[in-house]
Amino acid sequence: MSFFKKIKEKLTGTSESVSVSEKFKDGLSKTRNQFTSKVNDLVAKYRKVDEDFFEELEDLLLQADVGFETVVELMDLLRFEVQRKNIKDTAGIQSVISEKLVEIYESGDNSSNELLVQDAGLTVILFVGVNGVGKTTTIGKLAHRLKGQGRKVMLAAGDTFRAGAIDQLQVWGDRVGVEVIKQSEGSDPAAVMYDAVRAAKNRGVDVLICDTAGRLQNKVNLMNELQKVHRVIEREVPGAPHEVLLALDATTGQNALIQAQSFKEATNVTGIVLTKLDGTAKGGIVLAIRNKLKIPVKFVGLGEKMDDLQPFDTDKYVYGLFADGLEQEDKNELN
Amino acid sequence: MAFEGLAERLQGTIQRIKGKGKVSEADVKEMMRDVRRALIEADVNLKVVKDFVKVVSERAVGVDVMKSLTPGQQVIKIVKEELTVLMGGEQSPIQFAKKPPTVIMMVGLQGAGKTTTTGKLANILRKKYNRNPLLVAADIYRPAAIQQLQTIGKQLSLPVFSLGTDVSPVEIVRQALEQSKVDHNDVVIIDTAGRLHIDEKLMQELKDIRALKEPDEVFLVVDAMTGQDAVNVAQSFDETVGITGVVLTKLDGDTRGGAALSIRSIAQKPIKFVGMGEKMDALEPFHPERMASRILGMGDMMSLIEKAQANVDEEKAKELEEKFRTQSFTFDDFIDQMNQVKQMGPLEDIIKMLPGAGKIKGLENAKVDEKQMGRVEAIIYAMTPQEKTTPDIINSSRKKRIAKGSGTSIQDVNRLLKQFEDMKKMMKQMTNMQQKGKKKMKMPGLNSLFK
Ligand SMILES: Nc1nc2c(ncn2[C@@H]2O[C@H](COP(=O)(O)OP(=O)(O)O)[C@@H](O)[C@H]2O)c(=O)[nH]1
Ligand SMILES: Nc1nc2c(ncn2[C@@H]2O[C@H](COP(=O)(O)OP(=O)(O)O)[C@@H](O)[C@H]2O)c(=O)[nH]1
Ligand SMILES: [Mg+2]
Ligand SMILES: [Mg+2]
Repeated sequence: MSFFKKIKEKLTGTSESVSVSEKFKDGLSKTRNQFTSKVNDLVAKYRKVDEDFFEELEDLLLQADVGFETVVELMDLLRFEVQRKNIKDTAGIQSVISEKLVEIYESGDNSSNELLVQDAGLTVILFVGVNGVGKTTTIGKLAHRLKGQGRKVMLAAGDTFRAGAIDQLQVWGDRVGVEVIKQSEGSDPAAVMYDAVRAAKNRGVDVLICDTAGRLQNKVNLMNELQKVHRVIEREVPGAPHEVLLALDATTGQNALIQAQSFKEATNVTGIVLTKLDGTAKGGIVLAIRNKLKIPVKFVGLGEKMDDLQPFDTDKYVYGLFADGLEQEDKNELN
Repeated sequence: MAFEGLAERLQGTIQRIKGKGKVSEADVKEMMRDVRRALIEADVNLKVVKDFVKVVSERAVGVDVMKSLTPGQQVIKIVKEELTVLMGGEQSPIQFAKKPPTVIMMVGLQGAGKTTTTGKLANILRKKYNRNPLLVAADIYRPAAIQQLQTIGKQLSLPVFSLGTDVSPVEIVRQALEQSKVDHNDVVIIDTAGRLHIDEKLMQELKDIRALKEPDEVFLVVDAMTGQDAVNVAQSFDETVGITGVVLTKLDGDTRGGAALSIRSIAQKPIKFVGMGEKMDALEPFHPERMASRILGMGDMMSLIEKAQANVDEEKAKELEEKFRTQSFTFDDFIDQMNQVKQMGPLEDIIKMLPGAGKIKGLENAKVDEKQMGRVEAIIYAMTPQEKTTPDIINSSRKKRIAKGSGTSIQDVNRLLKQFEDMKKMMKQMTNMQQKGKKKMKMPGLNSLFK
């Protein structure tokens, strides 16, 4: 069975994973349905892999924010592979595209997409990122998810700056049914973290998730503040924070790479949550981020509700980056 | 790690066609590849890039190169001019209703900055336009969105109209409009919930709000970091709701902001304001020419080109490059350089104009110490001709003499000698890199992003 077929089967789903896959699929494609995909499979056989096809693919990936350099690298790999395997039609090449994209994404780095939660003792997860990307919302969703797995979860309201940020986290805490440790607006975020870690230890919490204020990566003093927060957690719990998750908005373009680099320098980011993937943007820059900075995507955000968070699946994601577009083009040609 | 700006990208081609009197079609084609890449890396939408490149190519082929510019500079100039035109004219003011209240609707994706901008806008309306705005909390979906607006209202001592989260946004706005008449608010700013442009139900809600009373402005609030999707967002909001202008937020970051261009050319609506921070006074009028420079990543490259052109003559520059390459650069050349630089104007201004300088940490506040420059000059003038050409011979007794002669300290002399050595090394590396760089440009490896 070809790689492409495998993915497709995954996407159309066996019954046990339907809801998860459906969600993911919905996020990546609003238009896909059984009928069109059948039609497209048919059409695909009549398409030739020629320069026009490559150009079209290149455009699709650029429009998914994959970025110039990564796209050029992929194209080189593909041209080589197409020649080597003597691939003639597009039905054969979709699997190769997926494979090569995954190859670029992973680039020999085998850090896991899984969230690291300690078997015993307190796990601390710190959320960082620029303004408005979805940190607080993701914390709510993640708390819900971890609680559903039978873990005792606590939240720390470390955004003491933005108007209403503490209230927002509290609403999420109430929704999910977990405790929120907070101080008043304007207080020192490092002090909030200190309190929260103490409380988490005292109450036998399994996972403490820490919110922070959004900050643009070029604000030196704000990045220093974040490092201070990080240090406090580090000092209070050996080995913590166990995860530092960078929230990235899928609509963000090439600046995401600079975001990832700066936040990694400041706080040693261990994973990415790619939010707002329920829109039309695809966040293709995560390929370059993983490739260059070795930061894997761990979750994707697919909406504003409590259960709109899914673990990241590389194959599905990569497939969604280009397949929709190609199918779309095919449909147009057919009409 | 930052992406190269257009000027840096064009270096290779510019070097090659330097000295030509006309720009040939092949030259333009080559340069347009760089333009295309620079724009894509600045997040300008691909379709917009294609159209743009076409227009610029047509203008650039066969153009007579102005005496004062090299062909490369000429092309940069055309690119910049076209870009500025596309960006639209200078900022257009807010449209006010003939009969109050003026109604302003804020719309956009989640987290773009609508609520924050609502506050900033109200602040400007009161301070600069002497208005009495009412803020309307019409986001009933995002947790604590109402508290957020209320907190902002409190900060600014401005009234916020809210009916909690159980009343529909359309009803909230309807009542707010009534209330504004009672309280004599001459401007009503509606803070709506963030929504995806493909969410039909919520887009309909905006249409319904809009239908209550024709708003004077519908501002689409867009995050400046937005990538290729900016066109879809702008197009959908404009087609379904109808927008009158754009506010570009978070421009205080280090993004190039190509979304500005995408939106302009797709929606054809003016960008009216830019958000420059989280505080309530961080809203500025939009400057098309500044935005064009930013997207191209070239600071005020044009003015630098003009300044440099007026002061540095080509021959001398070439000679200098050769000296760097062969390591025969002396303290005499150093002084020469300093004098040339001085003629160009205050150093801080020049540094600011350099492409990429804005990205160097700490440099944004750099003050060039003119006094320090005077000291350097004095030290060099205190050297013998031999010392200037072969600084290696400067031993401790010579250092003592130079320090005395220049009225500085031995440490000052040491520092300059070290700086001079470092500079020579760096220049050597740079000239080498430039040559390698040309090769790299054709076969971009993944690592060339990391510098
Ligand atoms: N559609 C969609 N909206 C999201 C998602 N994640 C967050 N949001 C929305 O984005 C906005 C900003 O989120 P928030 O968590 O406050 O961002 P923060 O500033 O990083 O904490 C809110 O309106 C959220 O409801 C997502 O995955 N999909
Ligand atoms: N640095 C910076 N942050 C901004 C700017 N405008 C908004 N923000 C931040 O972006 C985040 C989302 O803003 P908000 O007004 O809640 O967005 P909304 O969901 O569209 O209402 C908040 O953290 C704001 O403080 C800006 O111009 N610069
Ligand atoms: Mg938050
Ligand atoms: Mg809001």
